[in-house]
Amino acid sequence: MGDGMRAVAVLAMAVLAGSAARAEEKLKVGFVYVGPVGDFGYSYQHDQGRQFLQKQLGDKVETTFLENVAENDSQRAFEQLARSGHKLIFGTSFGFMDPMLKVAKQFPKVDFEHATGYKQAPNLATYSARFYEGRYIMGEIAAKISKTHTVGYIASFPIPEVVSGIDAFMLGAQSIDPNFKVKIVWVNTWFDPGKEADAAKALIAQGVDVIAQHTDSAAPLQEAEKAGIHGFGQSSDMAKFAPKAILTSLEDNWGPYYVGEVKAVQDGTWKSHDTWGGLAAGMVVMGPYENMPADVKAMAEKTEADIKSGAVKVFAGPISKQDGTVAVKAGEVMPDKEILGLNWYVKGVDDKVPQ
Amino acid sequence: MNPDMIQLVLVGVVTAATPLFLAALGELVAERAGVLNLGVEGMMVMGAASGFAAAYLTGSTLIGALVGTAVGALMALLFGLLTVVFAVSQVAAGLALTIFGLGLSGLVGSAFVGLKRDAAPHLAIPGLTHLPVVGRLVFGEDYFVYAALLLALAVSHGLRRTRAGLVLRAVGDNHGSAHALGVPVRSVRLLAVLFGGACAGLGGAYLSLSYTPFWSPEMTAGRGWIALALVVFASWRPWRALGGALLFGGATVLQLQAQAFGIGLPGQFMSAVPYLVTLLALVALSLRRRAGSVAPAMLGTAFVPDR
Amino acid sequence: MRIELQPRLNPPRWLGFAAPVAAVAVALLIGGVIVANLGKSPLDAFLVYFVDPLTQDWSLEALAVKASPLVLIATGLCFCFRANLWNIGAEGQFVAGGACGGALALATHGADHAGPLGGSWILPAMLLLGILGGAAYALIPAVLRVALGVNEILSSLMLVYVAGLGLDYLVRGPWRDPAGFNFPVSVNFDPDATLPTLIDGASLHAGVLVTLLVVVGAALVFSRTMFGYEIRCVGAAPRAARFAGFDEKRLTLLVFALSGGLAGLAGVMEVSGQIGQLQPSISPGYGFTAIIVAYLGRLQPMGVLVAGLVLALTYVGGEGAQIALKLPLDVTKAFQGILLVCVLGADVVTRYRVRIVGRVMA
Repeated sequence: MGDGMRAVAVLAMAVLAGSAARAEEKLKVGFVYVGPVGDFGYSYQHDQGRQFLQKQLGDKVETTFLENVAENDSQRAFEQLARSGHKLIFGTSFGFMDPMLKVAKQFPKVDFEHATGYKQAPNLATYSARFYEGRYIMGEIAAKISKTHTVGYIASFPIPEVVSGIDAFMLGAQSIDPNFKVKIVWVNTWFDPGKEADAAKALIAQGVDVIAQHTDSAAPLQEAEKAGIHGFGQSSDMAKFAPKAILTSLEDNWGPYYVGEVKAVQDGTWKSHDTWGGLAAGMVVMGPYENMPADVKAMAEKTEADIKSGAVKVFAGPISKQDGTVAVKAGEVMPDKEILGLNWYVKGVDDKVPQ
Repeated sequence: MNPDMIQLVLVGVVTAATPLFLAALGELVAERAGVLNLGVEGMMVMGAASGFAAAYLTGSTLIGALVGTAVGALMALLFGLLTVVFAVSQVAAGLALTIFGLGLSGLVGSAFVGLKRDAAPHLAIPGLTHLPVVGRLVFGEDYFVYAALLLALAVSHGLRRTRAGLVLRAVGDNHGSAHALGVPVRSVRLLAVLFGGACAGLGGAYLSLSYTPFWSPEMTAGRGWIALALVVFASWRPWRALGGALLFGGATVLQLQAQAFGIGLPGQFMSAVPYLVTLLALVALSLRRRAGSVAPAMLGTAFVPDR
Repeated sequence: MRIELQPRLNPPRWLGFAAPVAAVAVALLIGGVIVANLGKSPLDAFLVYFVDPLTQDWSLEALAVKASPLVLIATGLCFCFRANLWNIGAEGQFVAGGACGGALALATHGADHAGPLGGSWILPAMLLLGILGGAAYALIPAVLRVALGVNEILSSLMLVYVAGLGLDYLVRGPWRDPAGFNFPVSVNFDPDATLPTLIDGASLHAGVLVTLLVVVGAALVFSRTMFGYEIRCVGAAPRAARFAGFDEKRLTLLVFALSGGLAGLAGVMEVSGQIGQLQPSISPGYGFTAIIVAYLGRLQPMGVLVAGLVLALTYVGGEGAQIALKLPLDVTKAFQGILLVCVLGADVVTRYRVRIVGRVMA
């Protein structure tokens, strides 16, 4: 029995040693996703970023991913990656924050990067994308396209990223049509195609003619196509799901960022940081503007260019809260810290933030 | 709300109810024969994956639906072999089937992520489908809905009025006596389980072919579990299962409608409403019928003939 | 042709060991075929899955930590299932326990603990609250069944979702960390509210020891006490048990409270030992997986211990396989299903003599 175990162990060592020797000069990079890579949404886009990284850097890097990792059971995933020789590890969901913090302390020689969190350490950086910039443009488009002056908005969970998205959308819409209305439906899920479709149907029945979504599947867009109204894609270019309904997509584009970070580790210049990039940095990309008149398209393209150049700031004053109190004075811009923790609606949103 | 809007809402309710009802109807037949199959979610999700794959490759929704149905039955065959033939614990085998199905469907479906098809065709009868208020609701559903209704009719009639139904119920109520009367207990159960799997597979295929016509992993999102609940809620009667499916689908849809209408309650509370409604309905049913349990007496117990 | 099962009156001992081993071998064979089909080496996969996690300290700890809640919940379920009562709501009782215990951790967060005890009372009180919370939550379906004849399968399952959404509401609302940018997590628990680790700097927490004690205790209850005897009787021969004067209602309430209490204990130990805070969701499906563990362990506490460790091995090994071999997670899940099916099938061989007979009338 003992001898048998030893033989197996020796065999295992030989296999491991063999693969280690081959991989010596490669940088091993690990990714941990909260959803399945096949969700065609958030996790899928991160994995596209990983594949981009692998393609760009070829044999200088070896990438690994763990998918569908439950946030409440994620510590082991990070530990296992760190122990298996990965030198740079990305965690892509907010709920990985505290587990990553713990594992980062345990492995000071490994660098970690956490998407959408706010806790940093000398070897734990944070990064996120300013999706709200894209949503501002979408709000403008919606206000131009909608004949009912009412848009439906399918929201997942009332966290700051989603609330700031709604606010940015409304600010964009109000810049075109001050009396614009939004109907919000919270579905309490990031991903349930059936429920998302039901939410879209509910909104369509109530007479909206444009649907925006902050959930991951293409189901709402397909419902929009069926009903002959318009919608926006989420995370990736979803045009093929609804060629007649789609106006544009809010695409996550992590690839170039991942390449930059890996290069920094290889050069020895990597430092902990807090990156929050938007359209200008290329972390957020607008899909092709389609199914809209030329003037609307021109407007969208101009706004996109202005946001990139900094001429337009989404959260620039004056901004009032729902009760009319001034949140941002004219001439001022909301600081990032406040955007990151946003939990109130701007004036004109006819809904209450669920608590 | 004008009548046409109400019709739209009701059409949505029917869509939400159909996969629940299909899966519940199949499970109901299996349970009437005394077999509790907790693997509905696994069979459904396999039906969704294989149904979409087949439909995508052949371009035919019908073939997709048939393949989804067949694969559901195949999964059920595995379960039936274990529980009916080999007398393994039904609860454990059912849960194993769910885990297996979720994993295997991911493998089967991985090549089909991000692909789309057109939604399943809807019935269109000139003059009727475009009637105001009721046209779409009654004459304009997709074919799955009518198939589900026909199945309900057949199952309800079959269980109550045919000899086969009598035998099936006898097996579920007392397999010992049925065996003594010469009924092939295990064959009956195996067939009932296969029927259950076929229905679950069809319900899954409905999700990926009509409800939201694309494949994504775990797209059943717990509907198999709800179908299981429905069977008990319906006290093992087909038409009550239909009512329950509409109630459950309706509760989900209506809470979304209420939000769109501007009635804001905590989202979690709204999401919990369907479960609470079912629980309360269950209690109410039990209060009305204090005489005792209406469950098939042999539910969940294996049959091992003495000789 | 027919298949006949003949109950074995005295199953040979060697069969009890040989059958599961053969089952695992068959599962490995099927798994190997799947892996080979994906273009990977089945031998590598075997090593990564089943050998690597057993060769390092840290992965052994990870195994124990992962198995602990599964074993604890499944041990409680043994009581229910042996009495033919179908509590499939352990997931909800786990959440209820975690929430009740966690509530105390949040209430005492940052407080100064004067007095001779200091803050040392907090952790035991949390564990107690966890047990009570889980037990109380399990008593809902039990009382409904006893008083009104409501089917416990459905009611306990429904309550799973209600508990999950309830915790979700609390963590996104009143229990949210005020300094946390409105993100839906609570504050991190104080050291007084955290289960100590057994080895410094390791992940192995004291909850693992508690689980072991509970397993041993449960095994004794089954084999040595009147209560255990009663459960076995009611499960095996309900009518005889009734004639013997056993009170079925009292027993129903007791086993539900017991299994709910253990699920609640698992929940509070998970939040205070592993997660360290409350999150909208605190369980990756432990309550459901534990049902399988209970059956794999043949509804016996010691068997449950082994089954829980084996299942934990497939999780830890499955992550290793994703890392080292880039095998998709779906392979792990499909393999878990195959393994369960095979082990359940092997159970048949130990309990029955399987015979294939020609056309003979029954």
